Parts: sequence; C-alpha cells; structure tokens
Amino acid sequence: MEYFVQQLINGLTLGSIYGLIAIGYTMVYGIIGMINFAHGDIFMVGSFIALATFLILTTVFGFVFLPVILLIVLIVAMLFTSAWGWTVERLAYRPLRGSFRLAPLITAIGMSIVLQNFVQVTQGARNKPIPPQIQGGVTIMEGVTENGPIAVQLSYMQMIIIVTTLVLMIGFTLLINRTPLGRAQRACEQDRKMAALLGVNVDRTISLTFVMGAALASVAGLMFLLLYGVIDFYIGFLAGVKAFTAAVLGGIGSLPGAMLGGLLIGLIEVFWSGYFTIEYKDVAAFSILAIVLIFLPSGLLGKPEVEKV
Amino acid sequence: MVSASQSAATAAAPMPGAPRNWDVNPVLTVEHLTMRFGGLVAVNDLSFNVGRGDITALIGPNGAGKTTVFNCVTGFYKPTEGRTVMRHGDGLLQDLVEEVTAGGLRSVQMGDRAVFLLERMPDFEISHHARVARTFQNIRLFGGMTVLENLMVAQHNVLMKASVFTIGGLLGLPRYRIAEKAAREKAVYWLERTRLIDRADDPAADLPYGDQRRLEIARAMCTEPHLLCLDEPAAGLNPRESQELNALLQFIRAEHGTSILLIEHDMGVVMEISDHVVVLDYGVKIADGDADHVKNDPKVIAAYLGVEDEDEIDIPEVKKDLSTAGKPAGQDGGVA
Amino acid sequence: MAAETPAAPTSSIRPEGAQRSLEERGNAPVVAPANDPNSMANSVRDAAMAAALTFVLGFFFLGVRSDFAPGGLALEFRWGLLFIAVAIIFVARLLLNIFVFRTTKPLTQRMGSTFKGVGAGGGLGKWLGRALFAFALVLPFFFTSFFPGQSRQYIDLAILIMTYIMLGWGLNIVVGLAGLLDLGYVAFYAVGAYSFALLAQYFDIGFWMALPLAGLLAAFWGIILGFPVLRLRGDYLAIVTLAFGEIIRVVLLNWYEFTGGPDGISGIPKPTLFGLEFKRGEGGFADFFGIPFDNIHRFIFLYYIIFVLAIVTNLVTLRLRKMPVGRAWEALREDEIACRSLGINTTNTKLTAFALGAMFGGLAGSFFATRQGFISPESFTFLESAIILAIVVLGGLGSQIGVVIASVVMIGGIEMLRNLGFLSQVFGPGFEPTQYRMLIFGVAMVLIMVWKPRGLVSTREPTAVLKEKKRIGADMVAQGEGH
Repeated sequence: MEYFVQQLINGLTLGSIYGLIAIGYTMVYGIIGMINFAHGDIFMVGSFIALATFLILTTVFGFVFLPVILLIVLIVAMLFTSAWGWTVERLAYRPLRGSFRLAPLITAIGMSIVLQNFVQVTQGARNKPIPPQIQGGVTIMEGVTENGPIAVQLSYMQMIIIVTTLVLMIGFTLLINRTPLGRAQRACEQDRKMAALLGVNVDRTISLTFVMGAALASVAGLMFLLLYGVIDFYIGFLAGVKAFTAAVLGGIGSLPGAMLGGLLIGLIEVFWSGYFTIEYKDVAAFSILAIVLIFLPSGLLGKPEVEKV
Repeated sequence: MVSASQSAATAAAPMPGAPRNWDVNPVLTVEHLTMRFGGLVAVNDLSFNVGRGDITALIGPNGAGKTTVFNCVTGFYKPTEGRTVMRHGDGLLQDLVEEVTAGGLRSVQMGDRAVFLLERMPDFEISHHARVARTFQNIRLFGGMTVLENLMVAQHNVLMKASVFTIGGLLGLPRYRIAEKAAREKAVYWLERTRLIDRADDPAADLPYGDQRRLEIARAMCTEPHLLCLDEPAAGLNPRESQELNALLQFIRAEHGTSILLIEHDMGVVMEISDHVVVLDYGVKIADGDADHVKNDPKVIAAYLGVEDEDEIDIPEVKKDLSTAGKPAGQDGGVA
Repeated sequence: MAAETPAAPTSSIRPEGAQRSLEERGNAPVVAPANDPNSMANSVRDAAMAAALTFVLGFFFLGVRSDFAPGGLALEFRWGLLFIAVAIIFVARLLLNIFVFRTTKPLTQRMGSTFKGVGAGGGLGKWLGRALFAFALVLPFFFTSFFPGQSRQYIDLAILIMTYIMLGWGLNIVVGLAGLLDLGYVAFYAVGAYSFALLAQYFDIGFWMALPLAGLLAAFWGIILGFPVLRLRGDYLAIVTLAFGEIIRVVLLNWYEFTGGPDGISGIPKPTLFGLEFKRGEGGFADFFGIPFDNIHRFIFLYYIIFVLAIVTNLVTLRLRKMPVGRAWEALREDEIACRSLGINTTNTKLTAFALGAMFGGLAGSFFATRQGFISPESFTFLESAIILAIVVLGGLGSQIGVVIASVVMIGGIEMLRNLGFLSQVFGPGFEPTQYRMLIFGVAMVLIMVWKPRGLVSTREPTAVLKEKKRIGADMVAQGEGH
C-alpha cells in the first residue's frame, strides 16, 4: 500500500511534466493539424536555457535565495524558449502553410535534428549534472513491508512541480476559454480560411500558439532539470514521443485531455517500472500509444470523428 | 458487355391497381432501415423497394437523410436497425432471402440466383460481390491518375484474379495480358459512351465538373454493377449536360439492364426518367409511387414548399398525416 | 490561400545562424505605395531585427557554454562567437533582402528557372536515369582506374548510398505509392539485419541462404505490425509506426540473452561468390581466378550485391505500378473511400504495400549486417527512419529517380564532409567538420523542403496510356490519407 502511494506520487510528478509538454503538441495539432516533431526538442532547449540561467545567477551574480533564483530562471526560460518556438514556426512551418501535409512534417523532423545537433555542437555532447536544489519533504504515510519499514515521502520538489502544473493548467484553460486570443485560436481550429476572412490574424494566432507551447515546454524543461538533476541534448526525443502519446491518449486537440493523458502516461511508466521491469518502461508507453490509437482513436476526451463519405 | 442474367425490363407505367414492378421484381429491398448518430435519428424505419431494371429516384429536401440511406446501402455506414436485401435473379427469391436471414449468412447463391444481406457485408464486398456501385455527392475521383487509369482501377478485382494475385502478372502470364487488354477495351467503351475518349490521358482532376461527373459514372459502370447508385448526378450541370445525363442513364438501363437508384434535386431529371419515386423528409418516407403519383401528393408539395406551420396547410387529410407520420421532434438532417 | 495574405511577410524577421538562407522562397512583397517595403531603410531595419533575434536565440547557446569543472558545472563565456554570429546574420539578411526578398527581380528567380528542367522530369529524367544506371554499373571500375588511391573509400561510400537508395525505394512503395506514412521503417531494416545475424549465429546459415529468409521475416513482421494499425489516419499511422520502430529497438536492446543487447552481434559472415570467399590465400576468390589478392575485390563484390538488390527493388516496383495491385496502391493514396466503393479490399491492399516495403527493408538490413560484420541496436534509431523518409520526400514522393538524387545529395554530400579536413586550417585545429554533419543534414532537409515542398522530382507518370503519355503535375496528385 505504502509502496503504491509512493509510486502514485512519483507518477503524478512525472505525469505533470509530460502533460505540460503534451499541451504544446495538442494545441499545435488542434490549430494546424500537424505533429510538431520539434516540440520535444524545444523542451530540451528550454531545459538548457534554464540550466544556463541558473548557473549565471548562482556563479556570476552570486544569488543564494533559491525561490528568487527559480522565479527568475522560470521567467527567463519561458521568454527565451518562446523565441525559439516562434523562430521554428516562422522558418520551418509558415512557408509551408497550405502546402501538402508531409512537407511540414519533414521540416519538423529536420528542425528536430537541427535543434539537437545545434545544442550538441554548442554545448557539448556530455550530460550536464547539477546538484539537487530542493531537498526534503514531508512524510505522509509510514508502514512496514516484508523488506522493512517504508515511508511515503512527498518531497517539496514534487509539491512544487504538481502545484506549478496545476496553476499553469488553470491559467491556460482560462486563457483559451475567456480571452480574445483563445477565441481566435478556436476559430482557427475550426476553419482557418473563414477566420482569416473575419479578420482574425491567422499567422499571428498560430505563432502565439507555438510561443505558448514553447513556454510551457520550457517550464517542463526546468522541472525536469530540477527533478532529475541532469540533462543532455537527447532528452527531447523520448520526452517528446511520450508527451505526444499523452496528447493522443487524452484526445488530441483537447487541453484537459493532454493533461490527463500526461498524468496517465506518467503513472503507467512509474508503475510499470515499479512493479515489472524498468528496462521495458518505454515499451509500455509505446504499447499504450498503439493500443489507444487502434481502439480509441479519438482519445479519452476527444470528439469522435464520423467518417465523411 | 451486358450482364446476362438481367432482364432489361423497362416496365411501362402500370395500370392502377396492377402489381408494380418494384413490388414483384425488386433488385433491392430496404426494410425498416434506421440510422442513428448518437441521439440524432437520420433515417427512421424506412422501407422501400427498387425494381429491377427501373430507374428509381430518392428525393426529399436537404437533410432528409437521402445520402445516409445511400451510405447504409453501400456499406459505408452500418445501419442501426433494418435489413437491406440485394437480389441477383428475377422475382422475390423469398426462399433464398429466408435462408440467408435465418442462417445468419451474408449471402447465399444458387445457380445464377443470389441474395445478399448488405447490412452484414463490408463496403468493398458490396461492390465486389453484391454488385452495387455508387458515385458520390462530392465527386471522388482519383485526381492524380489519368481518366484511363481511373477506369482501370475500377476493374481491380477482375484484373487481380487474372493476374493470379499479382504473381502471375509479374511473370507475364498471357492470361493477365488478355485480361488487361479486355479491361482497356471496356474502359474505352465507357469513355466513348461518356464522350471522354479525348481526355483519356489527362489527370482526372483536370477535367471540368460535368466531365468529372460522367467519369464517375463510367468508373462505377466498369465494375459491372447490377444496381447503380448515383448521388446527385445532375448537381452543378447545365441544362444541356442534364439532358445528356438523362440519355446516358437511359442508355445504361436499356443496354446493360442495370437498375439505377438516384438521389436528385433536379425535378426535371427526376420526373422525366424515373419509373419510381420515393420521397423522404426528416428521415421518414412520406410518399412512394410513380412520378405522377408523387407529383400530386399534397405531403410532398408541403415538404418541398417548406411549410413552416401545419396550420397553413388547408387540406385536412394532410394535416392529419403530418401530425401522425410527420416530423418527430429533435431531428436534424445535418448528416445527409 | 487567404490566410497568407495578411501575413505581410515583409515585416517579418528571419533569424538564426544556420538557417538564414532558408528564405530561398522569397515571397514577393505586395507593394504598398505609401511605405515602400523594398526601401533600403526597411531592409536594414529587417536585418537588424533578424540580428536581434539571433542575439536572443544564441545568447544561451553561443554566448554561454557550461562545462565540467571541479565542483560542478562552470560557465564559459564566448561573447566573440555570439557577436560574430549576429554580425553574419545581419549582413547575410541584408544582402538577401537587397538581392532576393525585397527586390522586384530576385536572383533566385533565375536560379529557379534553371532548375525547372530537372524538376519537370520530362525526357531529361529518362536520360538522367539511364546515365546514372550506366555509371552505377561501371562505378567500381571507374574508381579503381581513376582514383586508385582512394577507390576503397569511394566504393564504400557508393555502397552506403546504394543501401539508402534501396531503402528509399522500399519505403517509396509504402509512402510514395500507397500514401501510408511510415515513421518506423527502420524496424524492418533491423529485423532483416538481426534475422541474418541470428540465423548465422545460431544455425550457421550463410548470407545467400539467409537473405530470402530475412526478407520473408521482415515482410511477416510488416504484416504483423501493419494489420492492427493500417486503418488509422495518416498522422496517427505515422506515430504508431514510430512507436513500433522504437519498441523493436528497445526489445533488441534489452533482450540480452538472445540479441546480445547493447553489445550487439559480431562476427557476422561475409557473403561468398558461389562459395568463394574473399580471403587471402588458398581457395579464395583471388586464388581461384589466379589474380593477386586485393582487399578491394570484396568491396566491389559488396557493391554489386547491393546494386543488384536495389535494381531488383526498382524493377519490381516499376512493374507492380502497372499491375492491378500497384494501381490500387495509388488509388488508395488518392481516395480511400472511392477505392472501397469500387470493391477494393483496402486493408489487404495496404498490407501488401506494407509487407513489400518491409521485405525490401529487410533485404537491405541483411546486406547491412553482412557488410558491417557487426550490428547493434544503435544502428537502428529513429534518426535512421527519418533519414530514409527524408530521402523519399525530398526526392519527390513516388519518384524512383528522385530517391536516387536525394540519396546522392543527402548521404553523399554529408559523407563528403569527412573529407573537408582542410577546413581545420581555416578554423583552427579544434575544428572537426564531422560533428556538424547532422546539423547540416537537418538544415538541408528543412531548406530543400521549404524550397521544393513536393520534392525534387514531383511529376507522376501514368501507368496506362491510350494515345499520348502526359506527365501529371504534382498539384493534382494526392499525398495520402485524409488530406
């Protein structure tokens, strides 16, 4: 039981990170119907920006008060990663808008390769560890198993991740549901041509979608850095595929779906590692993806599609 | 070219009270067909017959559920309820129909007679075995392939068999070469009939609208159907092209004995060529009979004139009918 | 498209080091009389904005680098590099603005018309194909006689390119003809390679025996994997095939007892020529024919094996295109619903395409295993799938000659970077051109796609002709499911 609860907490933490990345996939898919393959790498770029900012603040400016450091890192990472998201859209996707479907997918894969190798070339191929920053936590349960006593820990780190994710989720839902930008976005999702005729600046709306997705991915990048304490240029691929799985599982195009899917994928992965084998945890995630797509192609919260004849 | 088993019975308008062709010799019977999408009832308990060798029109206002009926008949939708019987061979074939229904089978064949339960068959088998071909409301051609290629694709199953599932063809068996030549000849035949022979080597997407409509019919005919379902074949055609279409349909019926079921809005076409008209409104059949009968049916007039309120109708019997059989609440024809 | 009009590409900034020249497409700006976007001031302002964006993007990557140091990561500041990058972007953007984007007569127009001849295919494509075939036929002898010193290296490169051509042709059946987007093609390459390696290891089976078995096994896996997923729409199919590709790799990686896990399998036997081994001394190829032993013979032999395999792939594909099943593939790509209305069993049709593509991938995989003598899961990552798909799409979907051109340009071009050792004299001894290979590959991928979204050779040849063969423009041809 205690083990189960501990895994549950770990799963929710990991799931929050996947969920934040998944939102980027789901928003972009919703609005222009493409898989933004480079999104996982935007997440990676975000984590590198967070790392660099963190190091600059601590070593150059000598900041010591952690909350301030993290707040500044968060803001800087969101801003600079957004610039990357915007640039990728502007360079690789916008020129191909209205072109055939495979073209932006290929440029997206190309961009993914470019980002990975750009970071590798400029920052080196070795992984970058930082010492754990946020330590401690509260013990919420204690018990004894056959292997000895076990305590269920909810670390401060996990609390921060889950709470930040919740806050961002609520903020984004409000943004999409209540603001003119959100309305423009939903209009573009329905019919881009019509939205343009009605005076919605489609290009700007799409750009902003990428910017928002990148900002959320950078938050996930920062969390990933803090949680695992180590990043490298290749973390984007796996995280990206899993986040996309999450988006599909939740129903692509649906924001709450992306978050739900993220949490589920996180839980599946953690429980699989905890109860079965850690080596095949990625197989579990990928199998879930295949199974969901085959039996529930519109996802958990997506709208079912009737084939138009 | 003519399917041998079919009698090209162009039944003249029967005497009142006499048995009508579609009752005694139906090629297709739709019984109690219901199609729901979630809470929306697109077609509600619809029954009608399509007579062998007849040109049958399915008409009704926009959103009446006509295309949904087509999609159910051709297997693109699985109907929620109901039975659709396709017959090869004259008469009602009642014994075979009962056998196939009771046996839980998809089809039953006896000599050159056969019965198919379309609601049990996947779409491609309906075309392949039950021999029901169709066209689409929003034309679906293979745009990047030439006109000739479109017609060759339509003969896929024949050629596939002749090529012994590709292997024989790869080895260059003479049997495949003969079949391929025959397929080309059939394609040329239909290209000549539809006046598309000069465009044979152009991509289908390059053709003007009217030509595309005719190509779709030619493509469907290349599958040698017993029943040809046409979804608004005259939509977007000018009057001259409409006349041509009429002639083409008459030709198909007369020369090939193919029964035709068509959805059409153009009343000129419908009234001129149809032997039998079925009128749908809000997923329910409101009239069924020959063109003259339907033309004078007050319910049909009401449906077409778009009467807003039942009170505006002066004919008492129509009012009564409307309130009983009329519009069940909450229906929308958005699906069709 | 209406959505494009308000975009005013003129006011946009186009940034970032390596991709600056992406902008080949040059949307000709609509001239606004009040404020001429072609004016020098606007060009400079635009370039300045691009430079500013470069600064923002490069700040944490070019300007700062974190590296290992005692006591954790240490920062290294490289402001010089950052400012050089910003300056390069500014100048390049300005030049591009003046000569390409913001002028009524862009330089690229002339370039574009020069390239049209190749793009249109035409009779030229046919002759190009024949010329390439003739060259490929004599290629080993060409290199041994004209570049004797480097012939081994060049033939090795030719083998590599030929392998990708074969893979590209195999994938072209799936993506180009049937319109099924497969992002996990490398899985079948892996199945082929591992089939041969394991058959050789456990049953001591030679290359020629194992080759057909590997092809069949790959086709079998194609059917197994394909069956449940083929009813999915395009993008979903892509992502599931990607997942399957990764699953197979992870299993190969972790099934240590059977596959050797990350250590891979080594000592895979070399192919023989009717039992003759390419070895020194008694009973070898050289000994049998009484010629002096030379290592190059083995490379030439390997080259001809992959050449024949690739040509077989091509011939089978070309022949199948004119058969009912090939026409059904293309019809499926154009409109699946119409296919079903004509009685075509779309599931089976898709499966044949998938299985056949998988089979050719498996054959190529076997060849890869025998050529390397060693395989490990590392050779079968998603990147490999992406490269093969890029070759197919960049070459022009469905175009056989396009695959050849794209393979030569992308694989050959990238491998050529290894030979650019002299650049280290320009950039200093620390400069290692090979580490930029994949970066340049990615940039090239994006560039070519933006320049020619339909690929280099984009016209389609009809498979049946009544009177006159007319090529079909790319704008008519559909690209597969749902779009």
